[in-house]
Amino acid sequence: MLNNYETVFITNPVLSAPQMKEAVDKFKSIITGGKGEVVHEEDWGLRKLAYPIQKKSTGFYYLLEYKVEGELINKIETEFRRDERVMRFLSVKLGKYAFAYAEKKRSLKKQKQEEK
Amino acid sequence: MAQNQSEIRYLTPPSVEIKKKKYCRFKKNKIKYIDYKDPEFLKKFLNEQGKILPRRITGTSLKYQRKISVAIKRARHIALLPYVTDMLK
Repeated sequence: MLNNYETVFITNPVLSAPQMKEAVDKFKSIITGGKGEVVHEEDWGLRKLAYPIQKKSTGFYYLLEYKVEGELINKIETEFRRDERVMRFLSVKLGKYAFAYAEKKRSLKKQKQEEK
Repeated sequence: MAQNQSEIRYLTPPSVEIKKKKYCRFKKNKIKYIDYKDPEFLKKFLNEQGKILPRRITGTSLKYQRKISVAIKRARHIALLPYVTDMLK
Protein backbone atom coordinates (compact mmCIF):
# COMPACT_ATOMS: atom_id res chain seq x y z
CA MET A 1 0.00 0.00 0.00
CA LEU A 2 1.27 3.42 -0.87
CA ASN A 3 1.29 6.03 1.84
CA ASN A 4 1.84 9.75 1.68
CA TYR A 5 4.84 11.14 3.47
CA GLU A 6 6.67 14.38 3.64
CA THR A 7 10.21 15.14 4.67
CA VAL A 8 11.73 18.46 5.56
CA PHE A 9 15.50 18.43 5.65
CA ILE A 10 18.14 21.03 6.38
CA THR A 11 21.46 20.84 4.60
CA ASN A 12 24.77 22.43 5.35
CA PRO A 13 24.87 26.14 4.38
CA VAL A 14 28.38 25.86 2.92
CA LEU A 15 27.11 23.75 0.00
CA SER A 16 27.10 25.33 -3.43
CA ALA A 17 23.96 25.34 -5.58
CA PRO A 18 24.99 22.34 -7.75
CA GLN A 19 25.99 20.36 -4.64
CA MET A 20 22.62 21.09 -3.13
CA LYS A 21 20.87 19.97 -6.29
CA GLU A 22 22.90 16.79 -6.30
CA ALA A 23 21.80 15.99 -2.74
CA VAL A 24 18.16 16.59 -3.60
CA ASP A 25 18.43 14.46 -6.73
CA LYS A 26 19.98 11.66 -4.71
CA PHE A 27 17.01 11.48 -2.35
CA LYS A 28 14.56 11.79 -5.18
CA SER A 29 16.19 8.90 -6.99
CA ILE A 30 15.97 6.77 -3.84
CA ILE A 31 12.24 7.44 -3.70
CA THR A 32 11.61 6.77 -7.38
CA GLY A 33 13.96 3.79 -7.27
CA GLY A 34 11.77 2.19 -4.61
CA LYS A 35 8.68 2.39 -6.83
CA GLY A 36 7.70 5.61 -5.14
CA GLU A 37 6.60 8.87 -6.62
CA VAL A 38 7.59 12.42 -5.74
CA VAL A 39 4.34 14.37 -5.52
CA HIS A 40 5.68 17.77 -4.66
CA GLU A 41 8.89 19.54 -3.82
CA GLU A 42 9.60 22.93 -2.37
CA ASP A 43 12.84 24.81 -2.01
CA TRP A 44 12.72 27.21 0.91
CA GLY A 45 16.25 28.40 0.28
CA LEU A 46 18.70 29.62 2.88
CA ARG A 47 16.98 30.30 6.19
CA LYS A 48 18.09 31.36 9.60
CA LEU A 49 17.82 28.61 12.20
CA ALA A 50 16.04 29.28 15.48
CA TYR A 51 19.04 27.82 17.30
CA PRO A 52 22.47 26.71 16.07
CA ILE A 53 22.84 23.16 14.73
CA GLN A 54 26.39 21.84 14.38
CA LYS A 55 27.59 25.34 15.19
CA LYS A 56 25.87 26.78 12.14
CA SER A 57 23.18 29.40 12.33
CA THR A 58 21.76 29.04 8.81
CA GLY A 59 20.79 26.19 6.55
CA PHE A 60 19.15 25.27 3.25
CA TYR A 61 15.62 23.97 3.78
CA TYR A 62 14.02 21.58 1.36
CA LEU A 63 10.62 19.92 1.43
CA LEU A 64 9.77 16.67 -0.37
CA GLU A 65 6.31 15.19 -0.56
CA TYR A 66 6.09 11.66 -1.84
CA LYS A 67 4.18 8.43 -2.07
CA VAL A 68 6.02 5.26 -1.16
CA GLU A 69 5.57 1.83 0.31
CA GLY A 70 5.64 2.03 4.11
CA GLU A 71 8.62 -0.30 4.40
CA LEU A 72 10.82 1.94 2.32
CA ILE A 73 10.72 4.73 4.88
CA ASN A 74 13.34 3.02 7.03
CA LYS A 75 15.68 2.89 4.09
CA ILE A 76 15.08 6.53 3.19
CA GLU A 77 15.66 7.63 6.77
CA THR A 78 18.95 5.76 7.07
CA GLU A 79 20.07 7.50 3.88
CA PHE A 80 19.24 10.85 5.46
CA ARG A 81 21.12 9.90 8.59
CA ARG A 82 24.19 8.76 6.70
CA ASP A 83 24.43 11.78 4.47
CA GLU A 84 26.84 14.28 5.94
CA ARG A 85 25.36 17.16 4.01
CA VAL A 86 22.08 16.82 5.88
CA MET A 87 22.14 18.49 9.28
CA ARG A 88 18.59 17.72 10.34
CA PHE A 89 15.53 16.05 8.84
CA LEU A 90 11.97 15.27 9.79
CA SER A 91 9.71 12.75 8.07
CA VAL A 92 6.01 12.82 8.71
CA LYS A 93 3.27 10.56 7.46
CA LEU A 94 0.39 12.57 6.09
CA GLY A 95 -3.02 11.67 7.42
CA LYS A 96 -6.18 12.47 5.50
CA TYR A 97 -6.53 16.00 6.93
CA ALA A 98 -2.85 16.72 6.46
CA PHE A 99 -3.05 15.49 2.89
CA ALA A 100 -6.09 17.67 2.18
CA TYR A 101 -4.29 20.62 3.69
CA ALA A 102 -1.17 20.05 1.58
CA GLU A 103 -3.26 19.73 -1.56
CA LYS A 104 -5.21 22.88 -0.82
CA LYS A 105 -2.03 24.81 -0.17
CA ARG A 106 -0.61 23.61 -3.47
CA SER A 107 -3.67 24.59 -5.48
CA LEU A 108 -3.71 28.03 -3.85
CA LYS A 109 -0.11 28.52 -4.85
CA LYS A 110 -0.88 27.49 -8.39
CA GLN A 111 -3.69 30.01 -8.57
CA LYS A 112 -1.41 32.77 -7.37
CA GLN A 113 1.16 31.92 -9.98
CA GLU A 114 -1.43 31.97 -12.71
CA GLU A 115 -2.61 35.38 -11.62
CA LYS A 116 0.85 36.82 -11.95
CA MET B 1 -27.46 58.91 54.85
CA ALA B 2 -28.57 55.91 52.93
CA GLN B 3 -29.66 57.89 49.91
CA ASN B 4 -26.19 59.33 49.42
CA GLN B 5 -24.68 55.94 48.78
CA SER B 6 -25.85 55.87 45.23
CA GLU B 7 -24.26 59.23 44.63
CA ILE B 8 -20.73 58.13 45.31
CA ARG B 9 -18.58 59.26 42.43
CA TYR B 10 -15.23 57.88 41.58
CA LEU B 11 -12.48 59.94 40.02
CA THR B 12 -11.82 57.11 37.65
CA PRO B 13 -14.83 54.93 37.03
CA PRO B 14 -14.24 51.40 38.26
CA SER B 15 -13.60 49.18 35.32
CA VAL B 16 -15.94 46.27 35.38
CA GLU B 17 -14.45 43.66 33.15
CA ILE B 18 -16.93 41.94 31.00
CA LYS B 19 -15.79 38.39 30.69
CA LYS B 20 -15.45 37.35 27.13
CA LYS B 21 -16.23 33.74 26.59
CA LYS B 22 -13.18 31.89 25.35
CA TYR B 23 -13.58 29.68 22.37
CA CYS B 24 -11.55 27.19 20.48
CA ARG B 25 -10.38 28.85 17.30
CA PHE B 26 -9.92 25.54 15.53
CA LYS B 27 -13.48 24.46 16.14
CA LYS B 28 -14.80 27.87 15.20
CA ASN B 29 -12.85 28.14 11.97
CA LYS B 30 -13.07 24.44 11.20
CA ILE B 31 -9.33 23.95 10.98
CA LYS B 32 -8.59 20.26 10.82
CA TYR B 33 -4.85 20.17 10.44
CA ILE B 34 -2.22 22.26 12.19
CA ASP B 35 0.81 22.81 10.02
CA TYR B 36 4.16 22.52 11.77
CA LYS B 37 5.83 24.36 8.89
CA ASP B 38 4.18 27.67 9.75
CA PRO B 39 6.10 29.13 12.70
CA GLU B 40 4.28 32.47 12.61
CA PHE B 41 0.98 30.79 13.33
CA LEU B 42 2.39 28.56 16.04
CA LYS B 43 3.87 31.58 17.80
CA LYS B 44 0.36 32.51 18.91
CA PHE B 45 0.51 29.56 21.28
CA LEU B 46 3.87 30.36 22.82
CA ASN B 47 4.89 32.75 25.56
CA GLU B 48 7.97 34.96 25.45
CA GLN B 49 10.27 32.17 26.55
CA GLY B 50 9.02 29.92 23.79
CA LYS B 51 6.96 27.76 26.14
CA ILE B 52 3.62 26.35 25.08
CA LEU B 53 0.73 28.30 26.58
CA PRO B 54 -1.80 26.36 28.63
CA ARG B 55 -5.31 25.72 27.41
CA ARG B 56 -6.86 27.89 30.10
CA ILE B 57 -5.28 30.94 28.49
CA THR B 58 -5.75 30.22 24.82
CA GLY B 59 -9.13 28.53 25.18
CA THR B 60 -8.24 25.75 22.79
CA SER B 61 -10.09 22.48 23.13
CA LEU B 62 -8.15 19.47 24.37
CA LYS B 63 -8.21 17.72 21.03
CA TYR B 64 -6.49 20.60 19.27
CA GLN B 65 -4.20 21.45 22.16
CA ARG B 66 -2.64 18.02 21.69
CA LYS B 67 -2.22 18.66 17.99
CA ILE B 68 -0.70 22.08 18.65
CA SER B 69 1.83 20.63 21.05
CA VAL B 70 2.86 18.03 18.49
CA ALA B 71 3.14 20.67 15.77
CA ILE B 72 5.24 22.95 17.97
CA LYS B 73 7.56 20.12 18.92
CA ARG B 74 8.03 19.23 15.28
CA ALA B 75 8.74 22.84 14.40
CA ARG B 76 11.33 22.97 17.17
CA HIS B 77 13.06 19.90 15.83
CA ILE B 78 13.60 21.43 12.41
CA ALA B 79 14.73 24.73 13.97
CA LEU B 80 11.74 26.79 12.90
CA LEU B 81 11.02 27.53 16.55
CA PRO B 82 13.50 27.76 19.42
CA TYR B 83 13.50 25.37 22.36
CA VAL B 84 14.51 28.08 24.82
CA THR B 85 14.73 31.80 24.25
CA ASP B 86 14.00 35.24 25.62
CA MET B 87 11.86 37.92 24.04
CA LEU B 88 10.29 35.84 21.33
CA LYS B 89 7.71 38.53 20.65
